[in-house]
Amino acid sequence: MTMKLELTRRQALLAGVGAVAVASGLGAGARPAVAATEDANALIMEFTGGAEPAMGRVTLDVPEIAENGNTVPMDVFVESPMTDEDHVTDVLIVADGNPRAGVATFHFSPMSGVAQANTRIRLAGTQNVIAVAKMSDGSVFMDRKEVKVTIGGCGG
Amino acid sequence: MATPRPRIRLDRNEIAAGETIEVKTLVSHIMESGQRRDGDGNVIPRKIINTFKCEFEGQTVFSCDIEPAVSANPYFQFMVKPPRSGTLTFTWIDDDGTEITATEDVVVN
Repeated sequence: MTMKLELTRRQALLAGVGAVAVASGLGAGARPAVAATEDANALIMEFTGGAEPAMGRVTLDVPEIAENGNTVPMDVFVESPMTDEDHVTDVLIVADGNPRAGVATFHFSPMSGVAQANTRIRLAGTQNVIAVAKMSDGSVFMDRKEVKVTIGGCGG
Repeated sequence: MATPRPRIRLDRNEIAAGETIEVKTLVSHIMESGQRRDGDGNVIPRKIINTFKCEFEGQTVFSCDIEPAVSANPYFQFMVKPPRSGTLTFTWIDDDGTEITATEDVVVN
């Protein structure tokens, strides 16, 4: 993360953005969003083993607008027969704008009956929440929703 | 701090074979994220419930790896399809190793 910042600044300077104030301003402004999305993508890739998840089968239900980022209701449902042969094994939840993107990982079994879970999460600000589901055959699916947060949930 | 007392609610304890039960659980816990600072600018150390699991007679039905981004007093709702009558065991594991457990009996007719 520190290296990334230096690089951004150096590049900005090399690119001839004259004033140092402007360059560091740009660096500071661009860094959090970029770093967070990379963090989220890295988590998803690690979870899927490098496979690009397809949209579909997963339904992520979050409010469009959350007044309080400290406790945002989140519901995830994955279409699956949930039999021994064909079931959802894991569901990863990430929030791409949080200081740390990982939120939770649910592990289901055929005894779950239905691949559905509900919890309450913290969101630091307006951002995307992403759910990625892994099936017993190894295929991966995802859903993504944006939540607008009025008061962030990082206790700052 | 007193040991947190978990609350568990099943939508019913008695079902016919093949039916699912909706489980709602809540445990009182501060879920200190490790991101906050106290008045002197020192980071308040992380203290969260990092794992929750629900087992049926020793077999894991549902479990969850938890990050600091889960709200204080973590709430989980999920489904269980018990194959026969038995006991559901719920376990919450704290960062400091403390385990909170609770059980519920279910009857399958």
